[in-house]
Amino acid sequence: MKDMMPNFNLVQPTDLASAISLLTDAGENGWAIAGGHDSLDWFKDRIKRPTTVVDLTGIDSLKGIRETADGGVEIGALTTLTEVELNPIIKEKFGLLSSAAGRVASPQIRNKGTIGGNVSQDARCWYYRSGLDCYRAGGNTCYSDTPEGMNREHCLFGASRCVAVSPSDTAAALVSLDASMVIQNSSGEKVVAATDFFIGPAIDIENMTILKPGDVLTAIRIPATWAGAEFYFEKVADRNSWDFPLVNIAAAIKMNGSTIEDIRITCGAVECVPKRLNVVEDIVRGSERNEDTANLGAGAAARGAVPLNYNHFKIPLMEGLVRKAIRG
Amino acid sequence: MQKKFSSDRYDPLSTERDALSRRTFIKGVIAAGTVAGAAGLMTGCSGGDSSGGGAGSVERLVTINVNGKDRPVDVMPNETLAHTLRNKLGLTGTKLGCDRASCGACTVMIDGVTTYSCSTLTHMVRNKKIVTVEGVGGPNGELHPVQQAMIEELAPQCGYCTPGQVVSGVALLQRNPSPTRDEVRHALSGNLCRCGAYNNYINAIVKAAGRA
Repeated sequence: MKDMMPNFNLVQPTDLASAISLLTDAGENGWAIAGGHDSLDWFKDRIKRPTTVVDLTGIDSLKGIRETADGGVEIGALTTLTEVELNPIIKEKFGLLSSAAGRVASPQIRNKGTIGGNVSQDARCWYYRSGLDCYRAGGNTCYSDTPEGMNREHCLFGASRCVAVSPSDTAAALVSLDASMVIQNSSGEKVVAATDFFIGPAIDIENMTILKPGDVLTAIRIPATWAGAEFYFEKVADRNSWDFPLVNIAAAIKMNGSTIEDIRITCGAVECVPKRLNVVEDIVRGSERNEDTANLGAGAAARGAVPLNYNHFKIPLMEGLVRKAIRG
Repeated sequence: MQKKFSSDRYDPLSTERDALSRRTFIKGVIAAGTVAGAAGLMTGCSGGDSSGGGAGSVERLVTINVNGKDRPVDVMPNETLAHTLRNKLGLTGTKLGCDRASCGACTVMIDGVTTYSCSTLTHMVRNKKIVTVEGVGGPNGELHPVQQAMIEELAPQCGYCTPGQVVSGVALLQRNPSPTRDEVRHALSGNLCRCGAYNNYINAIVKAAGRA
């Protein structure tokens, strides 16, 4: 009995304009589906019950990876994580994203799950996922941030009533690569920086991204800025397959001789948005890349962290990952 | 044959009862579609709009290509591929474990790529080629080298995850005929085995690769 979800109208447009028009008409009752791993879980649990589900996978213009004139790449939002991982251009120029995509979930999920879905998936807090009336679900309590609440996987930073974290591996890499997101809706196209695409509970407690009903994330653009830099990606999770990160780190470093000329470091799963570590970047920029610099950077990594009852371990974990990333 | 199961002549120790195993019984029910009332309970699809989608929604009568054959089937808009395969096409080799893309028992190949059929809407794969565990063997029932090697390596214990492991192994050897042990581990990393027979499965696929 558990394997049938409530009924809905499934529509399968083959062009973006139709999809946007369908989603706009459906408003709050509409739902865009691509890989379906996040969507179908919600439907099966009867927590989200859209009446119109728009299948985006028939829209070919949203697929594929193209080099752009400035030497960067544009990745269609429907490109699968396996395609992102194995694409030769991404491997050569932006290996950070390739590594991150290859660490998502399991092979089967990467084969069908899309990069657009990976960055727009909803929070993985199990209280929220189990349909409780928490803040994120429109209620007025948090079940995780309580003396008894299980919050080992939850946030260190930026809590505002909700303590859920960004669950995505590719999101951290995209923030470090200065990527931007291309969003289309009935009034046209807008391009926003990845850092503005992800939003925390203080801005909108019910959404992890700025996507609104009727919006479609169509592509992700990565500028040439960090092409061919030195990269470090690591994901720490309880299991090597399937699992969401406890902490992940995505770093891009440009060297000048033995000096760190410029650097981007972003940690996932420590805040509701991928947390860019600007303070660490400022500390180590211009220094020799060695153990001392790595220790200085690591010492500042978790500054300001406010751990919950069961997630103190994330602080040394984060510091350790930053140390490894800078040391190389 | 019928008499054998009447209460006065039923012998619980008789080996003849195997003639009607649970599997053939269930398959028979699916094929005959006789338990219309119970089917609603079994599939849970009785609620809501039983006629399927409303205006503008997908056409319910579709043809999907499974194991090289075009199979006409009536598919609800909210129906997963695992459901269609098991409950409508009688292909019960594909198992449902978690129904949440978290175990791998339902793994099938879609256009040669492994996918969780529990988390795929059937309507989203209408124009693709689906291969289930029933479709990996030879035309006359010969086992695929991966299946044969799994028998030899005693890979299945309870056997519930085995169809998924077979499909993941076959898909790997199709794109990479001579994988390293690490590549095999990676390819099977989306298939849980609660008996913990991972090493046996990996041994089997390495062995099958040597023969292919």
